[in-house]
Amino acid sequence: MKIIVCVKQVPDTTEIRLDPVNGTLIRDGIPSVMNPDDKAGLEQALRLRESVGGDVTVLSMGPPQAEVMLREALAMGADRAILLSGRAFAGSDTLATSSALAAAIRKLDYDLIITGRQAIDGDTAQVGPQIAEHLDIPNVSYAEQVTPIDGGIIVKRSFEDRYQIQRVMFPCLITALGELAHPRYMTPGAIFDAYRVHTIEQWSDGDIEADAKRLGLGGSPTRVKKSFPKSTKPAGVVTRAEGRQAADIIVAKLKERFLI
Amino acid sequence: MCRGLFRQFAINEVEPLALDIDEEGRFPSETVGKMKHAGFLGIPIPKQYGGQGGDYLAYAMCVEELAKVCGSTSVIVSAHTSLACGPLLEFGTEEQKKKYLVPLARGEKLGAFGLTEPGAGTDAAGQTTKAVDKGDHYILNGSKIFITNAGYADTYIIFAMTDPSQGTRGISAFIVEKDFPGFSVGAKEKKLGIHASSTCELIMIDCAVPKENLLGKEGKGFGIAMKTLDGGRIGIAAQALGLAQGALDKTLAYTKSRRQFGKPISAFQNTQFRLADMDCRTEAARLLTYKAACCKDAGLPYSKEAAMAKLTASEAAMFVTSEAIQLHGGYGYMRDYHVERMMRDAKITEIYEGTSEVQRMVISSALLK
Repeated sequence: MKIIVCVKQVPDTTEIRLDPVNGTLIRDGIPSVMNPDDKAGLEQALRLRESVGGDVTVLSMGPPQAEVMLREALAMGADRAILLSGRAFAGSDTLATSSALAAAIRKLDYDLIITGRQAIDGDTAQVGPQIAEHLDIPNVSYAEQVTPIDGGIIVKRSFEDRYQIQRVMFPCLITALGELAHPRYMTPGAIFDAYRVHTIEQWSDGDIEADAKRLGLGGSPTRVKKSFPKSTKPAGVVTRAEGRQAADIIVAKLKERFLI
Repeated sequence: MCRGLFRQFAINEVEPLALDIDEEGRFPSETVGKMKHAGFLGIPIPKQYGGQGGDYLAYAMCVEELAKVCGSTSVIVSAHTSLACGPLLEFGTEEQKKKYLVPLARGEKLGAFGLTEPGAGTDAAGQTTKAVDKGDHYILNGSKIFITNAGYADTYIIFAMTDPSQGTRGISAFIVEKDFPGFSVGAKEKKLGIHASSTCELIMIDCAVPKENLLGKEGKGFGIAMKTLDGGRIGIAAQALGLAQGALDKTLAYTKSRRQFGKPISAFQNTQFRLADMDCRTEAARLLTYKAACCKDAGLPYSKEAAMAKLTASEAAMFVTSEAIQLHGGYGYMRDYHVERMMRDAKITEIYEGTSEVQRMVISSALLK
């Protein structure tokens, strides 16, 4: 099975701080990590390779610093790492990002593409499905369990209130939930090899066949009007009651807030 | 990246057990199993011998990060790596490395080191354990005390007199398997600290050791022991460094949150000055420890450097953990607050693998040479 895992380097916090003047993310002083959903996807890819054979390539679009995260992926066991980097990609929104990643993937041989469901810094959950659209392959999002079958996989999709079991044939793309697979530890020896033995392949816009107008800021139709941290909600109150008594409590609360 | 791995492992897998295994005096076999899979039991050993192919600096960082949360767990790794894998790598024959070093470095087996005897501590030359040449094997008789990892280790590096008339030149080193007839593990010691590290007596009564298990040449055991302890001291320095840093981290967090007289106690200059002193000693310990590890990695002499690192780091650990308890006040004296355990764990770093006095002897003799 030839697997490509798309990974993103993100700030190591869910408490994003924004620059009050221009509304952009403040990254200074915040350590960067591999996006948790992507890491779960990488772990799943490694397990698939261990059970049915094949190889795992990790692909990331980002600044040169993202190389550290790709070495981490190699230290976890990935076979090959590609960093798509350059000025042409700066300022990309999700569409421009997916256009670039899809163009890079066209240069590669694959059965399965795994992306994280969403990145903890942007939370859009758009890039994975967009890549599948660009490549015109099936996409199965919210994967919580993956089982290999001949020529494809069976995916358990998780929704808030239900599961959906889908069989999908290669080539296809799945977006991984953090619950898909608990990532393994790197080993010290693999970390040494990731620096001493492996190299990170550096690709620029010249290495992929993409319409320049669809890359970077120019290829990004999204316009950020305003960025703000989401307000914190109070913890709420849990009341245990049944039937009529419960209904009365709910109605009283709704009335208290003038909602009914 | 290695440090991040060690830290993540320590926080996820080691810290949650630290209070309980200390309280129960229980050897953390489950953690040792996880460390085997994580490759922590053969970091500086070449891959061809089952290790990770890393260096001593990475190994020291591993011990440091483990010691930040649990002194006992860190010394399991240190004794195994420095004192059992170390001499096999340096002095073992190719056959001995294949048979004994490979499973140790892979973590499939655990190692230990037996030099100390009831009457031979700092005066290691006063060995009374005897090994008599019987042709194709030696017969060992005697006992060793205070042996780290004893009872859980599979492979022991044991020192014994092959020729008592020769003094230190009559000492030889042997590789002894736990199942060799005549070899047994005695009572478990009750200790001030490192409760979860196993410390026992080893007893050898007519213990037959095959000739091919002689490590190095006959009569060269004392040199092997001293060279091994030079490497071991880097591990203990790293353990002490981790204890100091762990106690400092806990104290920083505590003094920022503990309020007295209407403000956090970190706002008082007494606290600030003490924290500054704790940080200086810890950082000095760190630099000396890393320097000693780098010297070993670079193939430079490191005996004096390792002694300086161990002396400075162990005394820093004692100072910092004691200050940590003082700044925690009454809470620091309670077992729930970790720093009490850290102080108990720190004391041994001034004693084992050469007391502070031995380190001063090593350093001064190098100076006056």
